[in-house]
Amino acid sequence: MKEIYAEMAGTVFQLLVNEGEQIEEGQVTVVLESMKMEIPVESKFAGEIKKIHVSEGDFVNEGDILITIG
Amino acid sequence: MARGEDSLKRILIANRGEIARRIITTCKQLEIETVAVYSEADSELPYVKEADDAICIGKGPVKDSYLNMEKIIEVATNYNVDAIHPGYGLLSENGDFVKRIEQAGITFIGPNADILTLMGDKISARRAMVEAGVPVVPGSDGGVTSVSEAIQVAKEIGYPVMLKASGGGGGIGMVLCKNEQELSTSFSKIQSRAKAYFNSESVFLEKFIPNARHIEVQIFGDQNGNVIHLYERNCSVQRRNQKVIEETHSPNLSEQTREKLYEAAKRAAKAVSYTNAGTVEFIVDEAENIYFLEMNTRLQVEHPVTERICGIDLVEWQIKIAKGLEIPLQQESIKSFGHAIEFRVYAENPNNFYPSPGKISTLNWGNQTNIRIDSGYEQGNTVTPFYDPLIAKVIVHEENREQCLQVARSFFKETKISGIQTNIPLFLHILENPDFKRGSYSTNLLKQMVTN
Repeated sequence: MKEIYAEMAGTVFQLLVNEGEQIEEGQVTVVLESMKMEIPVESKFAGEIKKIHVSEGDFVNEGDILITIG
Repeated sequence: MARGEDSLKRILIANRGEIARRIITTCKQLEIETVAVYSEADSELPYVKEADDAICIGKGPVKDSYLNMEKIIEVATNYNVDAIHPGYGLLSENGDFVKRIEQAGITFIGPNADILTLMGDKISARRAMVEAGVPVVPGSDGGVTSVSEAIQVAKEIGYPVMLKASGGGGGIGMVLCKNEQELSTSFSKIQSRAKAYFNSESVFLEKFIPNARHIEVQIFGDQNGNVIHLYERNCSVQRRNQKVIEETHSPNLSEQTREKLYEAAKRAAKAVSYTNAGTVEFIVDEAENIYFLEMNTRLQVEHPVTERICGIDLVEWQIKIAKGLEIPLQQESIKSFGHAIEFRVYAENPNNFYPSPGKISTLNWGNQTNIRIDSGYEQGNTVTPFYDPLIAKVIVHEENREQCLQVARSFFKETKISGIQTNIPLFLHILENPDFKRGSYSTNLLKQMVTN
């Protein structure tokens, strides 16, 4: 299991992937919003999305797990 | 509604951070009581302590606090305030907010709701300016609703084009399209962003002006139809279409163009019977042609540079005009002295401009002779991710531009901030940039510096 973390505190602005979806390395999975700026979160790995831990509008802290990849 | 010299005794400030604090300062000088509102995330900030009363209005995210009109008006009513100052951003340009304030029998410190609504929609603002004979950037006459229509308009005006959300501003909701393919891919993206941010799908096109400068004119209007200008500000140092450094007067601008800008700004203001403080933003191209960009119907972030060279307190003028009084000075009596530059200190990574929230463990400013600092934070405060990254504004005022740059260099070299990253290293870089030093720079300056 590999995980995608929030690199900074912010709000989940957009979820761009679904559970069960195959993603590629470098693909943007989530867009966070912090200090009025949109921050794309890219996946460092390829694989299947096992679980999405957040919903749009959620507040996340730096280091929180966003997505688990199998 | 009560009008006249003694009509405003208590003011609620519907804003936060440095601007709330700055408004409190003027209110104290005028012996006006202040009511601050704050979110749970801002409870430790200086402005909350400095206001006569401070009321928590909700959680950190702006929609739960600073954008909650009902709650803010409820506090205003409970605390029996005479007026509301909106600051900038947040609800400051929201026509509905103004209407509700007026319905509650409270004075809004700013223009009336109709002007806000007219100027808040970029398409209607453009139309009003065309009618008033103010030059605008060539573009679509109204909104464009489909990709094919956008492509048609772009063919007529020529690439590259800027695709913009009609309700946008502050650099959000606009994208540069160099060709038909880029326009096709960006169209739906800007449309959905326009919907998400501004609750309107309306978008329009403008010709992109290369190597442009962003120069704006501060104006004031009163209820007797008087309009004056307080000179221009050059705001071309920008990142992601957001201002970083502003200066007045603008370097490298002919006297003739300067006068043209003042006249166009006054014409724009008169055309809409503008009241209170406003800013008319223009694009100035390499040949010094001027084009209306937008009108900001509020106090600007960068208003202190104007205050410094004119020796005028703009918030005091705003309050006087909201009382129904005339503009305190006639155009002939307004003079300017020296040069002023404002630096916006952002909590961000100076290399990629990414936000850098966190606790400010050290905040030691440099030698402050002739320097004004409008700071929203003190050492020990935490910068949270809910709001824009502006933590303070540093305003240098000297006899000339050269001296301003010199003073700014030493000031920023001496300044120590830790716990968060700031863009101060970038300022030191800009202050050594040959184009900036010469005063010969366009809105591309930062992009070019980052690329090199």
